[in-house]
Amino acid sequence: MATTTASLNSTAAVSAAPVKSHRRMGGGRIVAWTALIIIILVTLFPFYWMLRTALSTTNALFSDPAKLLPVEFTWGAFARVLGLATPAEARAEGGSGASVQFFLYLRNSAIFSIVATAGQVFCSALAAYAFARLKWPGRNIVFFLFLTALMVPPIYTALPNFILIKNLGLLNTFPGLIAPYFFMTPFAIFFLRQFFLGLSQEIEEAAKLDGAGHWRIFFQIILPMSSAPLVTLGILTFINMWNEYLWPLLVGTGENTRVLTVALGVFRTQSPQSGPDWAGLMAAVLIAALPLLILFFAFAKRIVNSIGFSGMK
Amino acid sequence: MSDTWVPAEVVTSEDVSRRPRRRSGGGGDLAMALVFIIPATIGFVVFYLYPSIRGFYFSLTRYNLLGSPHFIGVDNYVRLVNDKLFWNALLVTVEYVLINIGLQTILAVGIAVLMHRLTKSTLVRGLILMPFLISNVIAALLWFWLLDYQVGLVNEFISFVGLDRIAFFGDGKWAIPTIALVNVWRHMGYTALLVFAGLQTIPSYVYEAASVDGSTEWRSFWRITLPLLRPILALVLVITVTGSFQVFDTVAVTTRGGPVNASRVMQYYIVQKGFQQGEFGYASAISVILFIILAIVALVQLRLLRAGESDLA
Repeated sequence: MATTTASLNSTAAVSAAPVKSHRRMGGGRIVAWTALIIIILVTLFPFYWMLRTALSTTNALFSDPAKLLPVEFTWGAFARVLGLATPAEARAEGGSGASVQFFLYLRNSAIFSIVATAGQVFCSALAAYAFARLKWPGRNIVFFLFLTALMVPPIYTALPNFILIKNLGLLNTFPGLIAPYFFMTPFAIFFLRQFFLGLSQEIEEAAKLDGAGHWRIFFQIILPMSSAPLVTLGILTFINMWNEYLWPLLVGTGENTRVLTVALGVFRTQSPQSGPDWAGLMAAVLIAALPLLILFFAFAKRIVNSIGFSGMK
Repeated sequence: MSDTWVPAEVVTSEDVSRRPRRRSGGGGDLAMALVFIIPATIGFVVFYLYPSIRGFYFSLTRYNLLGSPHFIGVDNYVRLVNDKLFWNALLVTVEYVLINIGLQTILAVGIAVLMHRLTKSTLVRGLILMPFLISNVIAALLWFWLLDYQVGLVNEFISFVGLDRIAFFGDGKWAIPTIALVNVWRHMGYTALLVFAGLQTIPSYVYEAASVDGSTEWRSFWRITLPLLRPILALVLVITVTGSFQVFDTVAVTTRGGPVNASRVMQYYIVQKGFQQGEFGYASAISVILFIILAIVALVQLRLLRAGESDLA
């Protein structure tokens, strides 16, 4: 990239200004790096502020709102959010006495996200196999039909789906919460089909000669060969499920099926309007975000690299 | 877990069809295929196809969720035309989409180009992606705190510089821009990674040639990067705009549509009508309109931006 020679018969694109080109990049690069670092700071600073606030005493926050370190450091916010502090202790630090039954909601979020993700990835893999590796009349038409579901906005189907789940008596149950996500999403089928299409045919043919049926081929050849994209899809789906709000808000209203996102919304409304329990709120938000942040640090490379045009949602 | 999976987009169905294959003719693997697609088909029919038809039917009924739907023809749609709150919701949503998408796209392209020219570091990409990992609800609550009128850090800074504090979520003028900005913060990194993936499809020799011809970075951006990025940018826009129209979570946990009607976006209005005011039929009619708007917007975008054609031929 160090070329500075301007070609002699330079095209019309070159303006009258003397051509120095990339020599100036020294200064340019500094500006560019500065811009990138500012963006990263804007991205990350709110996370720090979350932590700093969660470790502060709510009542003290009002006297020192801009201090960079926690104001009157305490673990109290976490304790009261998790229900480990007595109401008296909580109120002394500016809490409302309300707690998040964090471990219950964590369990609910985990059941909802894990079961929905597992079902979706597995059922979609089955269908993707039929679309990619089996020959049958109407295959492309059915595939196209499935893809049209990509166009439908979730709120549009959420209304009738709510009625269906209600009529089936599944409101406030995990089956009701999970069912719409369990069997397929058009995206998951599309994503896996693309991958299956690219797998080598030879191994499969060899297995067939050995007398393996489609089930064995699917479970013993296709799935193991596709472990990487299956994991990638699983992580992306899990993130989406964990962050889902509207459907759990409609269907999982009771304590026993309330997931973390919904619980946070409730916690916020319980917080008094005048002088909210900011430290408590940030502690709640932080522990709710923690599982995903841990997942992210464990799989950062895979998640980051999966976002391209194959991993687009 | 191997880290070497081929991005799905490089594999096309031609790779498979080119290979010779022995076929017994007739229905091929029809029986087997049916077994493989049964779960996905259940999901598609029960949770996409059926509700899509049923949702439209509900829009032609009066239905309060308790009794049974009562057919009233197009009355709901007639009522929509005269419903000031509906038009307000549409207007507010469009305002949100314009601010959200405008800023997000500019920032995402900027970040992607900076990363493309400066660093391929996974760490940088991972940091940029972090806000996307937390849910809309968490992002909303975090910024609700940062932007608080009395003790929020942003207002502390604003008053420190000598300006008047801003009631970001409490002022009708500010509510929508604020919500839009919160979601720009959450989504810009993700969008940047999509654009970044697109940038990597532009061969580097194009830039080398331009540089030999004395083109500056700035000129190369406008003359090469942006035109060649167009098809990918079009796809990114279709996806982000469609998502943006369905803003709900952020509104639900912060302003709840207020102050007055300032942030009562379409999806929030639908949920309010359907689930809080018992006008399920009317809510369905609004969701039909939202669906139609999204379909039109997507088609127009694909058309205008000629998403299907590439200039890289």
